[in-house]
Formats: sequence, C-alpha cells, structure tokens
Amino acid sequence: MRIVVDLNRCLGYAQCVPLAPDVLQLQGEEALAYDPNPDDSQRQRVARAVASCPVQAIILEMDPPADRNTK
Amino acid sequence: MTTASLVSDLVTTFKAEGRIVIVGASLAGLRAAEALRDEGFTGSLTLIGDEPHEPYDRPPLSKQVLKGWVPAGNTKLPRMRAIDADWRLGVAATGLDRANREVLLANGDKVPYDRLLIATGVRSRQWFNPEEAKLKGLFTLRTSDDAAKLQAALKARPGRVLIVGAGFIGSEMASVCCDLGLPVTVAERSSAPLVGALGGVIGEIAAKMQRDAGVDLRTGVAVESLEGDGDGHVRRAKLSDGTTLDVDVVVASLGSIRNVEWLEGAQLATGFWGLACDAGCRAFDINGVVTDNIFVAGDIARAPHVLYEYQFLSIEHVDAAVLGAQTAANNMVNLETGRRPHLPLPQFWSGQFGVNIKGVGVCSFGDEIVFTQGSVEDRRFAVAYGRKGRIVAAVTFNHGKWLEYYGAMIERSAPFPPPPPGYDVPKDAEPIPARFPDPREPTGIPDVVLTGHDPTSRGAEFRPKAR
Repeated sequence: MRIVVDLNRCLGYAQCVPLAPDVLQLQGEEALAYDPNPDDSQRQRVARAVASCPVQAIILEMDPPADRNTK
Repeated sequence: MTTASLVSDLVTTFKAEGRIVIVGASLAGLRAAEALRDEGFTGSLTLIGDEPHEPYDRPPLSKQVLKGWVPAGNTKLPRMRAIDADWRLGVAATGLDRANREVLLANGDKVPYDRLLIATGVRSRQWFNPEEAKLKGLFTLRTSDDAAKLQAALKARPGRVLIVGAGFIGSEMASVCCDLGLPVTVAERSSAPLVGALGGVIGEIAAKMQRDAGVDLRTGVAVESLEGDGDGHVRRAKLSDGTTLDVDVVVASLGSIRNVEWLEGAQLATGFWGLACDAGCRAFDINGVVTDNIFVAGDIARAPHVLYEYQFLSIEHVDAAVLGAQTAANNMVNLETGRRPHLPLPQFWSGQFGVNIKGVGVCSFGDEIVFTQGSVEDRRFAVAYGRKGRIVAAVTFNHGKWLEYYGAMIERSAPFPPPPPGYDVPKDAEPIPARFPDPREPTGIPDVVLTGHDPTSRGAEFRPKAR
C-alpha cells in the first residue's frame, strides 16, 4: 500500500493520527510525518484515516494499477 | 475542409497515435504521464530516468527515512492510474537532437518523439574540493540511495555530525540528529538558518530553535577543508574562523544544480536556473522564441509569473512539480484555446525541531515583514511579507490553519500590512525590513528564486555551444 500526504493541504487537524498511529504521527503540535509504504496489515486503518481527513490531504493507492509492476 | 478542421484532425490523430517522451522519471514525470492518459492520450508514452528506481517521494528522505522509521526504498509514489508506459530506468538522457526529434541515451539508444516533456529536475551540489569529496563519511542528500547511505552512517552513532549549509534540508537533517541524540554542528555561511528563503528576521528565530534543541550552530563561517584518517574517512573539518572540529559524518547541504547539461547544443534557453519556458510550460529556445513540441515541468522549469512582475520563477516545490506536470500534459494535447497557464501560488512546508513551518507566495520578493498573529516566544505565529504596499507572501510557524487566509490576499495583491485578522494580534505589529541577502550569493539561494525578466537574465549563464 502506498500513500502520500499533501502537506501543503494538511492543516494539522490530526484526525487521522489516532486511526492509524503506526502510519501517521505528529511531530510537535502540527507537523505530520507518515510511512509512505505501510504494511498491508494497515489497510483498514489507513482507509479510515483517509476518510477522516477534513481537507482530504491523504492520497492513497490501495490497489495498484495493473501496469505498476512493469515499473 | 477548413484549416481549423485540418488542425483539429491532426490533434485527434496525435492523441491517438502520437509519441510522447518524458525525460525525468520522478514526481513531475509520473504525474505528467498520468495526466496525459487522463486527457485521452492513447499513443506511445516513454519515461526515461537516470535512477534505477521507480518514482518515489523525496520529502520523507530528510525526515522519516533519516530517522530510521521508514526504509529509504519505502517512499515509492502512489499511482493515480495505469499509464501503460515504456519505462527506460537507470539510463540517463545524454543529448537532444531537435532536428530529428530524438532523445539520445547513455547506452547509445535513440528515442524518437513527436512531443517531449523535460522534467530532469536538479541534483545536489557536491563538495567543492574533488579530493576531499572522495572521503568516506561525506554525504549529500537528494536521492533514495543517498538517504540509505546517510541513514546507515547515522545509525552507527557517529561522535559528531557536521552539516554544511542551513537551508530547509540542512535544518531538517540537524533536527533529525537531535531527535536521534547525536551531537551535531551546523555551519552556515550567512547570518542564520533559512535566511535565503525566509530572510534574516525569521532566520534569527530559526537559529534560536536550533540552539535551544542543542545544535552547535555556527553562522558566518565556511567549512574550508576536510581531513581524513589513514582509511580515507573524514575526521576533521577546518572552519574559516580558524577553529577545527572533530567529526565522523559530514553532510554537504549546499543546494541544488539544475540538470541541464544533457541539453547542451540543443539551442534551448538553459542556464544556471534551469530551462526557461512560458507560463504554459512550453520551452523557449536560446533566442527566447517559444517551441511547439518541447515542454518543461518540475524543478528544472523556469517560467514567468504574473503575480511577481512577470519575472521568471524557479520553484523547487512538490506542489509546483505536480501542478506544472498536469498543466504541461494538458497543453501537450490541446490546441491554443484549450491551453491552461501554470501560475501556482508557491507553497511549501518544512517540519523541523517540532515546528511545522509553512509558507505561501514568494517571500524573497518582499522587502518588509510584519508579525500578524501569535507569539514568537511560543513558536506559534504568522508573518506576512510585503513589497511596495502589497502582500506577496506569508509564513506560519505551527499556525498553518491560517495560511489560506493569507494566500487569498496574496492572490489578489491585497494591501500590506494586511488587515489584522481580528484575533491573536501581537502588540508589535509594525512592518520591519525582512533582511534578505542578495539572491545571487551562493549560500543565500532559496528554493524559490526570482530569476529576472527574460530567458537569459539574472545568472542564466550560457553554456558554450557545441561545435
């Protein structure tokens, strides 16, 4: 699974953090850090975190497009 | 049949059967490829990249990866859709033959194109002394491989890390060293960290943040030489103030160099600040005439911006790369009336020392600064930058929710100082000089640079023409 958080868009509401704490973490009050390629065991948590974001800043690739593994 | 319908047929045919080559297989290249398919381009699509890796996200490299939380190979970018491309990874483009419309590759191959997107980005500036550059323990940080090596060196718990250069990346790396409990010295030639991007007033605040976190910050000094031990591993650094430091890891964080060399002889408007293009991402040739079939996106692009007196801007930001790539893709497969401008309001962020620094606009275009909200002491505040009575940029420290408020004002060139938001206004809300260094000073180069008004001005040094 792959994610990118658009940290320009992210406003630090941190709704996502408790939903997937192994993937999304706050550094200080407002700066979000994340694991861009989390383990598949995190799928459900990440999906919830994505849905929880008030500004929809988390870009998620849950299922890779068919041609991804060709590169 | 009218000329208009002939041209329209041509575009339809190109979208169905054309050949598009993208040189540069990182964020801009990938997002452009996806946008081209979204636009209905079904012709052949080739992505050429000098790194062997598929496109990955770079911002985490100086943060999560160095810290050891995320492995360097685990920042691969999510794909927005299938792109059905021919990937040529691990082989650099070495030349461009415009007459025959071919990209030349390091392995001797030639890749033909009908339309070309140039997105070769930047690389990190290497240590200036080639002998010292061979020392073990000396690093730069730009690629995933760089990050893997540096992370391994930090994991071995060096006695002291020296970071040369206190721009955003250098400062982020210093922050990681503090988090890891590693003794770290930062040497910066100018007066303070972040001074090129944010000016001297904010630089002083950034300096205090570093010192409070335990960084041994030395400003106004250059690192003149490095010395190695018998194994060729760096052990000492000599500073311009006469002091020496015992160090085991040195990171040269000296800014970036645009990857334009492969375009030598192609008669395009390349130079120190990148490849000049119009606001629609079409490359200029060496005479400042716009080309029809060559487009530019990402860190290598240099384009005029209406908000900044039409000066050419070079922007090394994630946001500008994605939006530029999408605009370039649109303009590659549409006629004049369907073209869009790429006029981003530059945006950036940097997480360091537990503070979220965010910005909008071009700070160094301003000459005055005013604290508009919050408290410097609490490291939670907003500032606005002004020039000639209008707001041109804003920066927040742990106050990012307010950035949109300022962004909207910048877009409409609202008055400076901006009207107070009526909340949390500091007492000393008077404009003061923002104290930017000359952008041409080597250490003061910010990641958004105003580079003059025409394709060849402000340090756009011509490379010698190939004979």
